[in-house]
Amino acid sequence: MSAHVLSNVVVGLLFVLGIATGVFVRRNRLWREALFELWRRRRVSILVIGVYVLVALLDSIAWVGGGDVEGVAAHEARSVIDRIFEGTREASYSAPLAATSFYGKEPLKAPSRHLLGTDILGRDVFHRTLKGARVALLIGGVTSAIAIPLALLLGVSAGYFGGRLDDVVFFVMSTLASMPGLLLLIALILALGKGTWQICLALGVTSWVGLCRVTRGEAFKLRELDYVQAARALGVSELRIVWRHVLPNLMHLVIITFVLMFSGLVLSEAILAYLGIGLDGSWGQMIDQARDELSRDPVIWWNITAAGTALFALLLAVNFVGDALRDILDPRTLREDL
Amino acid sequence: MLAYMLRRLAYGGLVVLGVLFFLFVLFFAVATPDDIARRALGEKARPEVLEQWKANHGYDRPLWPWQSFDDNLLFDHYRRMLTFDFGNSDADDVPISRRLREGAGASLSLTIPIFVLGGVLGVLLSLFVAFFRETYIDSMGVFLAVLAMSVSILLYIVGAQYLIAKLLRWFPISGFDPDPAVILRFLALPVLVGIVSGVGGDLRFYRTVFVEESSRDYVRTARAKGAGELRVMVAHVLRNGLIPILTRVVVAIPFLFTGSLLLESFFGIPGLGSLTVDAINGNDFATLRVMVFIGALAFVVGQVLTDLSYSLADPRVRLE
Repeated sequence: MSAHVLSNVVVGLLFVLGIATGVFVRRNRLWREALFELWRRRRVSILVIGVYVLVALLDSIAWVGGGDVEGVAAHEARSVIDRIFEGTREASYSAPLAATSFYGKEPLKAPSRHLLGTDILGRDVFHRTLKGARVALLIGGVTSAIAIPLALLLGVSAGYFGGRLDDVVFFVMSTLASMPGLLLLIALILALGKGTWQICLALGVTSWVGLCRVTRGEAFKLRELDYVQAARALGVSELRIVWRHVLPNLMHLVIITFVLMFSGLVLSEAILAYLGIGLDGSWGQMIDQARDELSRDPVIWWNITAAGTALFALLLAVNFVGDALRDILDPRTLREDL
Repeated sequence: MLAYMLRRLAYGGLVVLGVLFFLFVLFFAVATPDDIARRALGEKARPEVLEQWKANHGYDRPLWPWQSFDDNLLFDHYRRMLTFDFGNSDADDVPISRRLREGAGASLSLTIPIFVLGGVLGVLLSLFVAFFRETYIDSMGVFLAVLAMSVSILLYIVGAQYLIAKLLRWFPISGFDPDPAVILRFLALPVLVGIVSGVGGDLRFYRTVFVEESSRDYVRTARAKGAGELRVMVAHVLRNGLIPILTRVVVAIPFLFTGSLLLESFFGIPGLGSLTVDAINGNDFATLRVMVFIGALAFVVGQVLTDLSYSLADPRVRLE
């Protein structure tokens, strides 16, 4: 299956998942109230994140063909975002809203001028910045899809069942936690090789430990609670207890940790981009490519400003939502950890 | 007591062995010696050249004990790492231990000022913010902390180099000279960037600790007996809040030795962080292995020492 087909299928799945979550939240009074409270406190941040998600989704819906575009191979799939900016490529740099390009002095092709200028290859900077949203959300999403199930499986089974299994999980956690995080991440990527999946796998391996520690501790506490004891006395099977009584009572911790982890993942990717092992098209890569442009004359400031601002605004919104979520969903447990 | 100490020590040793096994799997089994040789010599290298390179770097033996018990890379890896016989770099055959000795001083001269000044600044700021808790000064402080946490360190570095070094010309853009007369000129900017990029997270964490402490009963008692608000903050809240803060700070000490990758490489400081960045760019797996091992070893030793000193100071710890 080619990459763009997979991407389209994922968009469809996310859509279904979104509707299912919406139905669940509508029916569940506690989650509904929590989310309403979150919306009341963090309206702007949620709207900002919504815009990023929308852009990322639009950039994930891609198909082949539709018009003959200069510089694009016939079999290459282009997303909705790509199609909006089609045919706006210039010869080289042009400043934001300028009427001519840097070198040729010929008038620009774009009928409406380049809002954020163009880069050294004449590509529209606004276009590239928008495309970075998909990469950033991909990093957070795929990594979480790897790390959260792993952390839940190991953390809950270690905390709930204890014994030998707990010893093994705890040993693996201490081993991974004792290596410096960034070095471990780099070592993993160099050993696994470059690429989206490898980077997300490496980020997953380095980030599941934190969540695992939290879920292990919480499962350990939940095991002793009256309703779990009652279920056990009634003869409910252990697996069913975990599924019905332990996991639902951990979900809020998972959500908070996910949101608070997200900004760390995106920031790590920016560092990886500087080391030359990041993802193609990420804001980190844009910043890395643009840092030498500040010493050109005239100064090319719009590349680094656009990528930096896009990264900053997303992380700021996510951090604010994460803080509010922690206050709303969990008044105590995570205070000391995160 | 002695039993607890021995158990803790043994567990630390076990974790070090675990780290070494993880590194072996990563750098010998996942990235095989063939991969490492091909990365060093290029995809088009002829097979005999690859074999020769592997023989020169000691990679031409079986990996696992069950292939050859007397002469295998797994045992060799353990023996060499545990005796600190790190061998030569994969990239240019310089002894790695010499590189480590040369780089450690430069790294520490950068990381220790960041650690000390950043820690003091973080505690003072958070104490100030917690003093004005639930006022607009408090919410402004938290807002600024989150703001500072949302900026990539790349932007901090590039911004500081552009504004302070290039436009204002206060400090050199990059460079290093260990001569004490001029070292400050070169270290000022990277230390500043290091402090600013870390203070947001510290401030948010320490503030939570202090705000939580100041709602405890002993604080009310202190007020009731007539202690002033400032005295309550410094003599009572700060002293009790130092316990969780010290736990967080002590964990960071071992990693001072591994330096800072980005700050050192951007500001041209020839420390262990730069060494690591060069190893990454040059596919020098031997150096990278050693750096991860040194970091983990320092961390485990630090943890064991912390736990042992806790067990001496606090009898409750031993019961757990």
